[in-house]
This record gives sequence, structure tokens and C-alpha cells, in this order.
Amino acid sequence: MSSTEAIVLAKLPRSRRRHPVAVWLSLALLGVVAFLVLFGNLIAPDATAQSILDSLLPPGSPGHLLGTDELGRDVLALTIAGAASALVGPVCVALGSMLLGILLGTVAGYLRGPIDFIIGRWTDLLFSLPLLLAAIVVAGVFGAGYWMTVLLLILLFSPSDIRIVRAGVMEQAARPFVEAAQMLSLSKTRIMFTQVLPNVWSLIITNSMLNVAFALVAFSSLSFLGVGVAPGTADWGRQLTDGRAIMIDNPAAVLVPALLIIGVASAANLVGDWLGQNLTRTGRS
Amino acid sequence: MTTTPIARASQARSLGRMLVVRVLGTIGILLVLSIIVFSMLHLAPGDIVKNLLGNRASSPEAIAAIRAQYNLDQPLYMQYLIWLGNTLTGDFGQSIRLQDSVSNVIGSRLGITAALSGLAFLLAVIVAVPLGVQSAVRSGSWIDRFATGFGIVGLSAPTFAVGLLLLYTFAFYLPIFPVYGSGDGGLDTLWHLILPAITLALGLGAIILKLTRTAMLRELESDYVTFGRARGLPDRQVHLIALRNAAIPIVTGASLVLTFLVGGTVLAETTFALPGLGTLLQGSVLFKDIAVVQALTLLVAVTIAIIALLADLAYIFLDPRIRAKESAQ
Repeated sequence: MSSTEAIVLAKLPRSRRRHPVAVWLSLALLGVVAFLVLFGNLIAPDATAQSILDSLLPPGSPGHLLGTDELGRDVLALTIAGAASALVGPVCVALGSMLLGILLGTVAGYLRGPIDFIIGRWTDLLFSLPLLLAAIVVAGVFGAGYWMTVLLLILLFSPSDIRIVRAGVMEQAARPFVEAAQMLSLSKTRIMFTQVLPNVWSLIITNSMLNVAFALVAFSSLSFLGVGVAPGTADWGRQLTDGRAIMIDNPAAVLVPALLIIGVASAANLVGDWLGQNLTRTGRS
Repeated sequence: MTTTPIARASQARSLGRMLVVRVLGTIGILLVLSIIVFSMLHLAPGDIVKNLLGNRASSPEAIAAIRAQYNLDQPLYMQYLIWLGNTLTGDFGQSIRLQDSVSNVIGSRLGITAALSGLAFLLAVIVAVPLGVQSAVRSGSWIDRFATGFGIVGLSAPTFAVGLLLLYTFAFYLPIFPVYGSGDGGLDTLWHLILPAITLALGLGAIILKLTRTAMLRELESDYVTFGRARGLPDRQVHLIALRNAAIPIVTGASLVLTFLVGGTVLAETTFALPGLGTLLQGSVLFKDIAVVQALTLLVAVTIAIIALLADLAYIFLDPRIRAKESAQ
């Protein structure tokens, strides 16, 4: 990790704990959105149903609390149904990248040698292009669908997880309990994954929470640019692209999903920071 | 610490070797990237000749011309070498979407993007550096809370979402700024660039704010600050001295800032319909105008590699402690 990233990601010795109210509010927002992801289809079963007669109704119209878009789709229903598309992908990206990070990071950090060198050059290469640019170019040129985009982003997000796990494992590997485990002639795999890894969990969980926030931003950016999410899908980023043209007639079509994206990303980021401060202080590492 | 001439000479030698290693590493990564970028043409879905023809009619003559122009009948490694040679001499090929040479297309749009990023960077530095210093100096105060909150929202809010909110508020609801486009040049263009620049500056500012605050907090804990205060130096002067030392990590954050800027300009230009490199990339990607995408990707990669290298070198040359540590290894 370069020195500047270390500074940005560094946990500061804080004299003051972050105001818990903001953390509770963030958790509440994430909870509500998680509920929408799970049950959005039941609440708004036919969100993408079009009805030209009802197009471009302003917010507050009878039966359409947030109005409709130019295709006559109800903005509230579309927003509720769009939560799934906006969040399932980013959560999968964070989980997938976590898995890759754990596997490659532990192996590189514990075994060192040529494997570490190869994994290191691999992360260097992935880090040499801005993530969003690489995602736009690859997903766009290859016309990737939703799940291909998820795989692509897992690949692009993994270097940060790999490096963080590797650094954590390297720090642990020098400790006496690892030497003790080696004396007991436990297998390398067993030492890596049952002895060393549990001590790095706090780092992994914190970084994954932050990854959810950044993956949400990356995903919605891609769908805003017309990459990764098919036209006509209920998706917050897509809603912003479509809603840009009808801002005068129905501002809610843009403002509500925009505020939701900003709110959810900030909340995930805040919770990640908070986890980082608390887990690493009281955690076992 | 006294250094003998011999020690100094060996220090210079290992410093030189380190330099060579860094530069070679950067070139290596760029070469690997260039292979990936080159292979995009062959890996893109669909027939390669049809992709290169774009909207033109596919007569046998046109197909033959395309095969000759892109050396498609040569072995793959020869195609790569010819392509690399052309790229290095500034010939990026033809844009099939805009029917012009890629270098012309990029050249005509570079200005808007440069002006937009420059303006955003200026705004971000003017606001974020003083705010970062104040939030570190008054750690825990309302100013620090505001700055931390701003930092979190700025880091997590996607550029286009912020852009659309600003667009609605300051162009539709309060019609102060123009809605779309880049204006008629000169001051009018500047006026059109203000809202997009503020949008970009928000994310940039959040990064610079976080770098400044972290670096300042670290400096304020050091002994020289305590001693400066004990000797009765005015606070302002102490902060300036600390900021000078904190400047090293802030300046070397350049590559981080640049990485954000690349994605940010694409989004900001798309949001405000500015004809810059960002919208060029978006349009070319969706149209599968691969020559333009290849050229832009390489351009960004080279720029970032050079800036990152310069930032690393600046770090080594600015801070004697790092220099000593690096050459001791």
C-alpha cells in the first residue's frame, strides 16, 4: 500500500468518539433499505409497468405520491423496487472481494516468497488504473450484464482487501503463538486459516463495510452511464439517467433516488468507520 | 549524524538504483497494460471487421481495406508491435464514430476537461486545506464535526448524484446557472463550468480534507510544536510550520486525487452534458468505438503512472528521513 493510501485509511487515535446518534441513524437507514431489498417486490410488484396515460404526473398526484416518469411508471414504486438492483450487486461485490482478499492475502502474507511476489505484482497491475475507468471500459466494451459487472468489480475491488489481509497476516505471523503452532507441527493451511486469520477479522469486516459503500457508488455510477444495468430495469442509477430529462415536470424522479444513493453510501461509510474504530480497539488484533 | 564521503556516495548509489527500479517497474506495468488494451480490439464481442467498419457498408473492398489498415492478416504479435509503434508516435488510428483521427478528436476536447479539472482542483484546495488545518487544530470542535461529516458525505456521495442535486437546486429551482452544455467560449464557458466544477470539487475536497487533517494531527503531536508553543510562538506561526511539514503527505496524495478525478470528470461531464474527454469516453464505450477507448485508457494510465512516480520521488527527495530509511534497506 502506498504511503498516501495508508494515510487515508489510517485509523487515528481519536480523543473523541464519533457521535453515536449519527451511527444509529445510519444503521436505521441501512435497516430500512435492507427491508426494501428483501420485500420490495411484494410492496411494489409491478413497478416497471408503463401507462402512457399517466405519464409525467407531478409529485402529490392522487395514487402517485411521488408522481410518475415519462413512461408513466410510479416513481415511488420504482424507487422501492430499485433498492434490490442498487444494493444486491454492491453487497455481492464486497463479499466476493472479501473472499478473494482472505484467500490470496493470507497465502501471500504467510507463505511469502514467489507466491507473494506474483500476487503483489497482480495487485500492482490492478491498482495502476482508476477502478471506475477500468469498469466503464471493460463492462462497456464487452456489454457486460448485471452479474458480469459484479464479477468484474469483485476483481477490481480485491487488491485493497488482498493488501489489507496480507499486512495483517504478516504482522500476526511474527508472533509467538504462530511459532508455538509451528512447533506443534500443525499444517501450514491450518495455521493460516485457523490460527492467524481469526486475528485479522476486525480489519476484514471494517474494510468490507467500506467496500459496500464504494461498490454502491461504483455500481450506480456505471448504471448512470448506461453500463451494467439493462434499460427499463428498476435501478436507482438508471432512474437518475432517465429522470434528468424530466427534472422540470417531476423533480422527485431524480431527487429521491439521488438522495437515497448519497444517504446509503454515507451511512455505510460511517458505519464502516465506526466499526474500524471500535473493533480494532477492543478486538483481538 | 555525520556522514563520511564514502557513506554518502553509497547512499547516492543505492538511491540511484532505487530510482531505476521504480522507473523500470512503472514501464513494465504500462507494457502489460498496453497488451491488455490492445487485446480489447480482438476480445470485444462480435466480428472484428464489422466492429471496425462501424456504420459503413461492408462491401468486399471496404473489408479488404480494413484488413490492410489494421494489419489483420499479420500474426498477432506483429499486429501488437505495429500498433504499439504507431501509438508511441502519436498515431492512435481513426474514430469510427466521429470519422476523424483519434488524436484530433482528443485534442479538440482536451480543453474543456483540463479547464474543468483545473477549476475543481483549485476550488477543492482553497476550501479543503484551511478547513483540514482548522479541524485538526480544533479537534473535537463543531468545525471538526462539520469537516468530518462533510468528508464522509463527500467521499461517499457519487459525483453524478451530487451533480444532479446541484443542477436541480441552482439551475432549475433557483435559475442562477445554465443547465447544460459548455457555452460559447471564454467567460461564458467559465460560467457554464462553475456548477460542474463545484460538483467535482466536493469529492476532491473530501479527499484533500482527510489527507490534510490526518497529516496535521500527526504533526501537531510532535515535539517541535510543543517546544514552539512553550517558547511563546503565536499559534498561527506554529500552525504554519506544522502545515509545511504536513505538506509532504498532502502533496504525495496527488495520485489518489488524480484517480478520483478521472472517474469524477466522466460523471460530471455526463451529468452536465459537457463535450470533454469524459463524455467522449462514455460515448465511445457505448458505441464500441474501440480506437478512442484504447487511446483514452492508455492516456490515463500513462498520466497516472507518471504522476505517481513523481509523487513517490517528491516524497523521497522532500523528506530526508525517508531517504535515509529507503537507502538503508
